[in-house]
Amino acid sequence: MVSFFLQRIFGFILTVFIASLVIFLLLDILPGNPARFILGINASEQSVNMLAEQMGLNQPIWQRFISWFLRLLVGDFGISHSQNISVFSLILERLQITLPLAIFAMVIAISIGLPIGIMAANRHGKISDSFLMMLAQTGVAIPNFWFGMLLVLLFSVTLGWLPTGGFTPWNENYLLSLKSLILPSIALALPQASILARVMRTALIDVSHADYIRTAQAKGLTKKQAIWRHGVQNAMLPVLTILGLQFAFLIAGTIIVENVFYLPGLGKLIFTAISERDLIIVRGALIVLVIGVTFIMLIIDLLYALIDPRLRLRGKQ
Amino acid sequence: MSNQRFFKKAYSHLSFRIGFIGSLIFALLALISIFWTPYDITQLDIANRFLPLSSQYLLGTDFFGRDMLSMLMSGALTSFIVAFIAVGIGLSIGVPLGLLAASYGGILEWLVLKGNDFLFAFPAIISAIIITTVFGPSAINAIIAIGIFNIPVFARVARGGALSIISHDYISAARLSGRSSFNIAFKHLLPNITSLLIVQASVQLSLGILAEAGLSYIGLGTQPPATSLGLMLKEAQSLFLLYPMLAILPGITIIAIVIFLNLLGDGLRDTLDPKLARQETLDAAS
Repeated sequence: MVSFFLQRIFGFILTVFIASLVIFLLLDILPGNPARFILGINASEQSVNMLAEQMGLNQPIWQRFISWFLRLLVGDFGISHSQNISVFSLILERLQITLPLAIFAMVIAISIGLPIGIMAANRHGKISDSFLMMLAQTGVAIPNFWFGMLLVLLFSVTLGWLPTGGFTPWNENYLLSLKSLILPSIALALPQASILARVMRTALIDVSHADYIRTAQAKGLTKKQAIWRHGVQNAMLPVLTILGLQFAFLIAGTIIVENVFYLPGLGKLIFTAISERDLIIVRGALIVLVIGVTFIMLIIDLLYALIDPRLRLRGKQ
Repeated sequence: MSNQRFFKKAYSHLSFRIGFIGSLIFALLALISIFWTPYDITQLDIANRFLPLSSQYLLGTDFFGRDMLSMLMSGALTSFIVAFIAVGIGLSIGVPLGLLAASYGGILEWLVLKGNDFLFAFPAIISAIIITTVFGPSAINAIIAIGIFNIPVFARVARGGALSIISHDYISAARLSGRSSFNIAFKHLLPNITSLLIVQASVQLSLGILAEAGLSYIGLGTQPPATSLGLMLKEAQSLFLLYPMLAILPGITIIAIVIFLNLLGDGLRDTLDPKLARQETLDAAS
């Protein structure tokens, strides 16, 4: 068990390291001298050289990567040259929107998707099952940002219940902040809930056909008891995998949905940085995204091992 | 099951038939737009902008007075092309990797699996951001970003399919008769997993259409004057509160195409192997 955990954690660190390397190298082959870009076209050759020296641009690339990566480990993402603030604090500030948004969306998706999936599985083969699955089939096909636009039309423009967009900072009025995240999280949650409903239903139906359920029934349990005591734990395994993947994609998905509601989250930070050629921000924000995605996958892997004893044993061998 | 028999059987499946016919109609409308659209969308007609649905302009006109139906046809073409080439990238890189991993095993397999895990850390949007930062925005970025995302998916499906047949006697016979692992991968394993790959391709195609829409919507994909369903939504962003149709029509087109492609994929999967169908729904969901 311990060796399995260590193995996975090592894999996580390796992935993050290679991803950092890839991101660093790709953003380094950009044409043009960053120092020149910061100072503008009218700057003298001498001052450009001086700034380049200061930024360490004259060192060989591997040296720059190592020092950048080491600083990354202690949370030093460098200083943004367009805003003159530490990139780490910029990212932390934006995560205050992106992270709650992703978490709310996940909570909504779970609390709608799983019950619908369980309901459909219990009515397997009946009309209500087909109806629910048709809904889910449609939900999977709806682009989340487009659904967001529809929500704005209905709840903000027509009904006037919620703001059309923008964000009130948490420390000013957290109720207003929450309010501005309601529609975006629903928009993000819809396709995720549909996927979860489908997976939950399939997993439960699969489990109800399993031999051990029949054995449990033969020993005197009702089918419902058998599924509840023995089946649900097994049915949760595929659901958990999907949950992990979904959460990873939710974080990426927020970048798109933020755009609909004019939320100043991580996505906005990245796009502004791209247009201002502030590569230090782009680099830092991308690393944070990759770490987030990989970290969630790691957590899911570890949870998986805790739930599924078979996997735990395999890790031991 | 031979491929011909496979499709005959698939066609008797209701959801396949609906999905197939629906996707075909949209694909044809998109293809026709290469030669003909009801109105020329390169011609701006400001006098006739924001027209509602009418017998003259079936679906109305947009902010430049362009016919919405023509825009949708042409936009769907771009969306289809982007998704298609991205599937092509996934197939042509992912499948060989998956097959070789299955037939050689050992360190090669380990490398492919680790590479797969690594690529999963890069959702299409992250690759798209990197590529756009380096090369600037274009439809090609979207293709590459979605293509990169498709590689591990196809590698996994190819390896999984190959592993399920690699223990068959004829594979051992081929090995004993001196065929190389490379030869076995492409001569014996590949032909036996084509239906599996087609099923996955239909799923990735629909995911690609959705991904293109998202990327173009945030400005990382198709750029004007070209058009795509996602770009139409981006352009509608500042206007849809006043003219909802500008956003609703492209959205509904995307949803329709994706639903039809998914139905087609479900039908194919059911035909292929009803037991597998359940398994794969889980994969498709990712």
